[in-house]
Amino acid sequence: MFSGFMANTWIVATVVAAVAGVVGFFVVIRGSSFAAHALPLGAFPGAAAASLLGVNAIFGLVVFSAVGAIGIGQLSKRGKRDVATALILVVLLGLGALFLSMTSEYAPEIYSLLFGEVLGIAKDEVGPIIGLGVVAVLAIGLLYRPLMLSSISPELGEVQGISTSKMELCFLLVVALVTAMALPVVGALLVFSLMVGPPAAARAFTNRPQVAIVLSAAVALVTVWASIAISYESNWPVGFFVGGFGAGSYFIGRGWTWLSRAYATRADTAVELEHAA
Amino acid sequence: MIEGAYDLAEDKGEALAVEGVSVWLSGREILHDVSFSLHRGEFTGLIGSNGAGKTTLLRTILGMQVPTTGTVRIGGSPRGAHGAAVGYVPQKILLDPDIPLRSRDLVGLGFDGHRLGIPLRSKHRRILVEEMLEAVDASRFADSRVGTLSGGEQQRVLIAHALIRHPRLLLLDEPLANLDIRSEYEVVELLSRLAEEQGIGVLISAHDMNPLLSAMDRIVYIANGRAASGTTDEVVRTEVLSKLYGSHVDVIRIHDRILVAAGHEHDGLPAHTEPSVWAIGGRS
Amino acid sequence: MVDALLRSVFEPGLFSSGPVHTAAIIGGIAAVVSGVVGTFTVMRGQSFAGHALSDVSAAGGSASFLLGISPLLGFVGMAGIAAGGMEMIGVQRARGRDLATGIVLGAGLGLAALLLYFDATFTSTTGAAITVLFGSMFAISSSTIPLVVAFSLVALGMILVVYRPLILSSVSTELAQVRGVRVRLTESIHLLTLALAVALSAMTIGAILSTALLIGPGAAALRVAHRPAWAIFSAALIGLGTTWGGILLAYDSYYWSSDHRGWPVSFFVVSLIFIAYLVSGRVGARSTHRAPKPLAIEEISSSPTQSTRS
Repeated sequence: MFSGFMANTWIVATVVAAVAGVVGFFVVIRGSSFAAHALPLGAFPGAAAASLLGVNAIFGLVVFSAVGAIGIGQLSKRGKRDVATALILVVLLGLGALFLSMTSEYAPEIYSLLFGEVLGIAKDEVGPIIGLGVVAVLAIGLLYRPLMLSSISPELGEVQGISTSKMELCFLLVVALVTAMALPVVGALLVFSLMVGPPAAARAFTNRPQVAIVLSAAVALVTVWASIAISYESNWPVGFFVGGFGAGSYFIGRGWTWLSRAYATRADTAVELEHAA
Repeated sequence: MIEGAYDLAEDKGEALAVEGVSVWLSGREILHDVSFSLHRGEFTGLIGSNGAGKTTLLRTILGMQVPTTGTVRIGGSPRGAHGAAVGYVPQKILLDPDIPLRSRDLVGLGFDGHRLGIPLRSKHRRILVEEMLEAVDASRFADSRVGTLSGGEQQRVLIAHALIRHPRLLLLDEPLANLDIRSEYEVVELLSRLAEEQGIGVLISAHDMNPLLSAMDRIVYIANGRAASGTTDEVVRTEVLSKLYGSHVDVIRIHDRILVAAGHEHDGLPAHTEPSVWAIGGRS
Repeated sequence: MVDALLRSVFEPGLFSSGPVHTAAIIGGIAAVVSGVVGTFTVMRGQSFAGHALSDVSAAGGSASFLLGISPLLGFVGMAGIAAGGMEMIGVQRARGRDLATGIVLGAGLGLAALLLYFDATFTSTTGAAITVLFGSMFAISSSTIPLVVAFSLVALGMILVVYRPLILSSVSTELAQVRGVRVRLTESIHLLTLALAVALSAMTIGAILSTALLIGPGAAALRVAHRPAWAIFSAALIGLGTTWGGILLAYDSYYWSSDHRGWPVSFFVVSLIFIAYLVSGRVGARSTHRAPKPLAIEEISSSPTQSTRS
C-alpha cells in the first residue's frame, strides 16, 4: 500500500484533496455545485480529444474545462444560470460523443476517466497536477476578499465595485483548473463530490470563514486518504468511497447544525427563565 | 419641481446634490427633472410608493444608472471617482445562515472587500471593526454567525459594513421592510444618531413615512418620477402633493401619523382598482 | 431539381430503415415528454435536479445488468429513489437546493461506480458506462415501443392532473398557498414525473440527450412564448424538430465520408438544441419591449431594478 509505485498516488491524491477542499468552500457558499459537476463531466472528452491529437491528456482537460467555464459564464449573463450550465454540459458531451466515435479509445480507459484511477498515476502526471493545484490555490488566495464578498451577497459586492459576472467567470476558471488536475485521479463524475461534501460539513462546525476553509481541506484529505486505503484493500473503485464519504460529511454537517441550533434555543429559553425568576 | 425654502447652515457641507436628473428606461421616463440636496449630518427620508422611482434614484446616485440628463454631485465633486464617499445598504439582503461568517467578518469586508488577497491581521483593521460594531450597537453579536441573526440585528451589521470606510453619504434602500415595529424604531433611532455623530448625510428610502417622522430632518417625496423636497411640513401638504401626483390628494393627520389619500382615480393607477380611496403614506 | 435536392437531404434508405423508424418514434416520444416536463423544470429552476436524475437513473440501469432485472425497472426505480432522496433533504427549497441535489448525485454516482465495477468483474460487460451515458439511438429494439408509450402517457397524464396548481406554485409559492393549493404535494408529483420522464429518456436515448431534451427546448420556448400553454407546446415542438433533425443528419453523415463512419446522433441533436436556444434569445430579446415579460422569470437580477407600478 505504501510501496514505491503508490508514492505518486499518495502525493497526487493529497494535493488534489487539499485543493478541492479549499475551492469547494466557495463552491458550496456560492451554490455552484452544478457547475462543479458540469465542468469535470463536460471536460472528460477533452482527454479523448487530446489522445486524438496525440498530446498530453491534461492539456486536453485544461482546454475543455476552460472552454466550459467561459461558456457557462457568458451564457448565464443572458439567461438562467442552471440552464446555461446544463446546456454547456450537453454541448461538451455532444462534442465528446463525436470525438469518442473517432478514436479507438477502449472502454476501460473511459471508465477510469469517469470514475477515477488512483493506482495508475503516471510519473509524468505528477508535476502538472501539482503545478495546477498551486495555481488554483494562489488564485483563490488572490481573489479571496472580493470573491468572499460577492459570494455572500452579489449586491454588497457590486456596491464596492466588484463585478458579479467577472467574479463568477474567475471562479469558474478556478474550478476548471481543479477539474483538470483532479479528473485523472478521482474521475469526472466524482471530482465535484470531493468539492461539495467536505465543505458542507466544515461550514457547520465553525463561524470563521478561514477556519472553515482549512477544516474543509482537512476533511477532504481524510476522505481521500481513507477512500484510497479502503479501495486498495477491497479492490472496489475509489469513486464509490469518495461519493459515499461526501454524502456522509453532508449529513454530519446537517446533523451538527440541527443539534447546535436546538441547543442554542434551549439555552436561550433557560436564560429567559432565569431572568424571569 | 418644488424646492423648499428651508436650507441648512452652509458650514455643514454638502453631502449630495441631485440637479435636474431625468432617467429614461426602455422608452419610459422613470425620473423627471429631480433636484434636491442633502448636507452632512442630515437625516432625509426618500418617500414614495412602490414603482415611484425610488430605487432608480438611488441607483443613479450610486452611479449604477446613468442619468439621461442632469448631474449628481457627491461631497461637492461630480459623481464618478468618489470611491469610498458613498455607503449603501441594498434592499432585501438575505444572508445565508449556512455560510460561516461572523458579524465582524462582514464588517471587515466592508473595509477592504474590494482589495485582492487574504486579509492580514492588522491592529488598525481590528480596532476599526470593533469601533464600527460599537457604533451600531452590535458588539454583543460580533462573533455570531450573521445569517442566523434577526432582521434588525442584520440591518445593524449591514449599516456598519457600509459605514466602515467613513463615507460622507449613506444610502439605504427600504431598510425598514420586514422589520417588526420595535426593530424599526431602533434602526431609525440609530441612523439618526449616526448622522449627527459621524457627520454624514443619510438618505433612506421607504414607502411609509410614519416610522421616520420623528427623526427626519428633510423629506424627498417622489411620485410619478417627480420629486418634491423640504421639511415634512413644507412638502407633505395637499397643494404640493396634488401637483406631484397630477390629481387631487388629501393629506390627513391623525394623532402623530400622516395619511395621504386620493379622492380621484389618476392615470398611474390601474383602472380596475376598486376602492376610490387609496393610501400612499399609510401602512398597508 | 427539387427531386435531386430532396434526395441529397434524405439519403437513400432513410424511410425504409427499421432502426431509423424506431429511433424516430422513441426519440420523438422522449422529446415530447421531456419538452412538456422540462418546461416546468426550467421554470422552477430545477435543471440540476433534472440532470442529476438522469445520471443517477443511468446508475440504476447499470445495476439492472447485475441484478438481472429489466433495465426499465432499474432506470425508473433508481430515478424514483433519487427523487425521493432529493425531496427528503429539501430540494424544493431554493436555498441549499443546489447542494442537496449535488449530494444525492454524488452518492448515486458513487454507487454507479461500484455497480459498473461489479458488472465488469462478474459479467464482463465492459462498455456499459459508455452506452449508459451516450446512449445509442439506432440500437433501440422496437419491442420497447409499447412500454415507452405507456410510461409516457402516465407522465403526461400526471402533468395534466397538476397542470394549473403546478403553474401557480411555479410562479409563486405564496400565491399558490393563498389559493389553497397543496404546494408540497404538487411539487412532489412534479418531481416524480420528472424522475419518470428522465428515466425513460435516459434509458432510450442516453443520459446526455435526456438532459439536453429536458432543458434546451423548455428554456428556448420560455424565452419566446408569453403564455405557459404556448411555451409547453413550443418546447415539445422544438424537441421533436431537433430530435428528428439530428437523426436525419446522423443518417446522412454515413455518406459524408468515404469510409462510412457516421457521426453520433447525440452530437447533432445537442448542436441543434443549442442553436435553437441561442436563436430564441435573439427572438425573445426583440419581442420583450412590446409584449409583457416572458414567463421565464429570469434569474432575479443581482441588483435592484425598477419595477413597474402594479
